[in-house]
Parts: sequence; structure tokens; C-alpha cells
Amino acid sequence: MAQHQVKFGTGLPVALTTVDKIVNWGRSNSLWVLTYGLACCGIEMMASGASRYDFDRFGTIFRASPRQAEVMVIAGTLTKKHAEFIRRLYDQMAEPKWVISMGSCANTGGMFNTYATVQGADRVIPVDLYLPGCAPRPETLQYAVMMLQKKIRREPANQNKNIPQKRFI
Amino acid sequence: MREYKPKDNVQAKAYYNDRFYVAPQLAKLDPNSDEIFGSDVSKLKANFEILEAYIQKDELVIFINYSKNVEVLKFLRDELNYSFLMEMSAVDFLAKRNGFEIFYEMLSLTKRKRIRVKTFLAKGLAIETVENLFRSANFAEREMFDMFGIQVNNHSFLKRIMMPDDWNGHPLLKTYPLQGDESAQWYEVDKIFGKEAREIIGPEIRDSARVDRYDTERFARLGHEVAKGTDISKSEPNTDNHQFQEKGGVFLVKNLNKSQKILTEQERRDR
Repeated sequence: MAQHQVKFGTGLPVALTTVDKIVNWGRSNSLWVLTYGLACCGIEMMASGASRYDFDRFGTIFRASPRQAEVMVIAGTLTKKHAEFIRRLYDQMAEPKWVISMGSCANTGGMFNTYATVQGADRVIPVDLYLPGCAPRPETLQYAVMMLQKKIRREPANQNKNIPQKRFI
Repeated sequence: MREYKPKDNVQAKAYYNDRFYVAPQLAKLDPNSDEIFGSDVSKLKANFEILEAYIQKDELVIFINYSKNVEVLKFLRDELNYSFLMEMSAVDFLAKRNGFEIFYEMLSLTKRKRIRVKTFLAKGLAIETVENLFRSANFAEREMFDMFGIQVNNHSFLKRIMMPDDWNGHPLLKTYPLQGDESAQWYEVDKIFGKEAREIIGPEIRDSARVDRYDTERFARLGHEVAKGTDISKSEPNTDNHQFQEKGGVFLVKNLNKSQKILTEQERRDR
């Protein structure tokens, strides 16, 4: 975070930085995740949160309310019946918010090439990170969260995601 | 183990393309070949009209008139000890016989026997509910209504159970396309964003292994990365330039020199 090393002993203990950097530093290290287990990927997501893989180390805490969450991990098969609810929960999350699509089903519909499965969660909500695997292991989800942290640290802190974008998002 | 099938002619047409293919059937035995089933059928025949009865794979199959389904199931439950309705649903025979075959799978825990009660229901007719006999029929009949569109009379709560309430069509009909009709394919888009968003979102990509080399919205080529959405149909940059933090390499590790000659196995051993 700090642009310049703090010199203790001589001079003032001052760290210089930018607003973007310090805001993103705070954001990226306290990602609260909306629990969204839809299928078997949800089991891996729960394992990631439990003691062995321990998401709390990253400041990633699972919340059961969209109002308290800023990352949505779509873990599992998204059916067409459920699509409107995932959109509603996404809309209820406060800005800034990010979405991780976990597993083949959420990415592309996966093996469910049928009438009842949404062929990719990005048809309904904007997705930041696509996580391959069927189901991805907890390490993969950890890596995705770390990549999301990197992404957050790169982007401007005051960006408004609500501006209409190209893919109707 | 799976039954052996000769594989000489693997290029032969699949059976569903063959108009004259006759599906193999299991042997149908006389109900009297089993003592318990024989007496069951004779008792049933004394009270109801049984159109057909045979034993297939140790399970008695009887055909009844659709209007008598409640009475037959009540008789089976109360008199013949078939106390458990394991499952019920329908089979689509609209193309061949213009109707559905509805089946009830019954189990007797005391006799350790299973009976399948079947009935033919012509298209447009409704069947009486057996929910008052077996509570499990409540959900099963709702599912039958959802998947086949078969009306059930006097059902307490006949509503779709799996598909959304505003879904068009009944998915288990044989005429229903596997990947959905038009309203199914656009269902979530129409519902969330409205029909006018169809053009913006575009149709579903059904081939999940699809890779488009020039689609920079969704794909990136290693060594040729560009910004998202860039048009690379003319040309694309080569970004395959390895950069090392230390100019001369670090202790014990040399930098990769791509232009260096690739060594043969013998040269590698001699080094």
C-alpha cells in the first residue's frame, strides 16, 4: 500500500499513498461473500470457508444477506426458474460488488445442455471471474478470490459499475 | 456385467433412425405362474374389469379402465395389502395411440411383492386423483400435470411443481425439444430484462466447448493478449516477450535463451 517506506527513528512516521490505493487495500482485504450454493459446487464453497482452507485469513467471511455482502459466488447450476432470484439478490447487494462464477455449470451451463438450465450465469448478471472445474477444489476458489483481490487493487476506487455497458449489464 | 453385443457393424444406424426397429421386450409370464399374484389377479377379476394381466420381471402388471383407478387402488390397499404407492407418473404415447399411459407402482410390505397398475388415458381426458388414498400421490400428480399436462380431477392443489408457473409447454412430452422451445430459450431474458433485451444479450451458446479465435470479448490467446473487445481480424500483436527481473539471471539459474539451439538427447547427456 505504502508508496514510500516509513523511516522510523529519523523523521516523521508518515506513509504516503493515494486514495485509490488505500480504499482498494481495504476493500480487497475484507471481501464478504454472499453464500450462494446452488449445487455440488456449494459443498466445495463450504469446505473453503471451513477450518482446513480457512477463508477468514483473507478477510473473506460468508454472509447470508445480500445487504452485507459484496462478492457473490455462484456455486452450482443456475436453473431458469432461479434466474430471476439471482438477479434480484444481485440487485440488492450494495455497490461496489463483484461476482465469481464457480464451476462449469455457472460458467456455461456445463453438461446441462437442456431446456431448464441458464447457459452461463453471465446471461443474467455481470461476472468478474470465471472459475473452471467440476467442481473446482477449494484451492481453486481461494486462487479466484486472490485474483479478484488483484483485480480490485487495479481498478479505480470510485468507479461506477451502474453505467450501462455493452452487454446489457 | 453388461450384456455382450457384437461390435462388427458399429457404423450401423442407431435404432431410433430405423423405422422398422422393434424394441426388445422382456418375457411376459402368466400371472398364475406365481401363487400370490395368481390369487391377487383372481380376486381383482372378480371385482373389476382387468383388461390384461401378466408378470414381467417378477412384477405383476395389470391394465384397468382409467375411470376405475381409485376403486382398484383402494381395493389393492385395503383388501390385498398393497399398502404403499411407490411412484406414479405417465408415459407419452400421443404419437402412436393419441393418449398417455398412466402407471401406479404399488408395493406390499407383507407379501414382498410389487404390482404395476396401468391405465390408458386418451388425450384431453382427465383422471381422478388418488391423493385421498395415498398422500404421496399429491406431489406425484402435480409432477405429472407439470411434465405432461394431464389434468387431475379433485386434486387439492394442482399447480406446477418443478417448472415455473409461467412456463410454456410440458417438458416430458416427446414433442418437447431437449434444448427448449423459443419461450424456454429466452425465458430468463424475457422475465428479467424484457423481450427488448433479446437482441442485446443474444441467443444462448449451446456448444460449451466453442472457441472463437477472433472473439476477444470471451477469449484470449496466450502470447497474443489484447484489450477486451479489440478487433483482431486483421492482425494481432505478439506479446510473447519474456522479461526477467534480474538481467543476468540469479544464482544457479540461467535465463531461458529461446534462440539457443535445441539440444538432442545425445548432446544433453554429453553436457
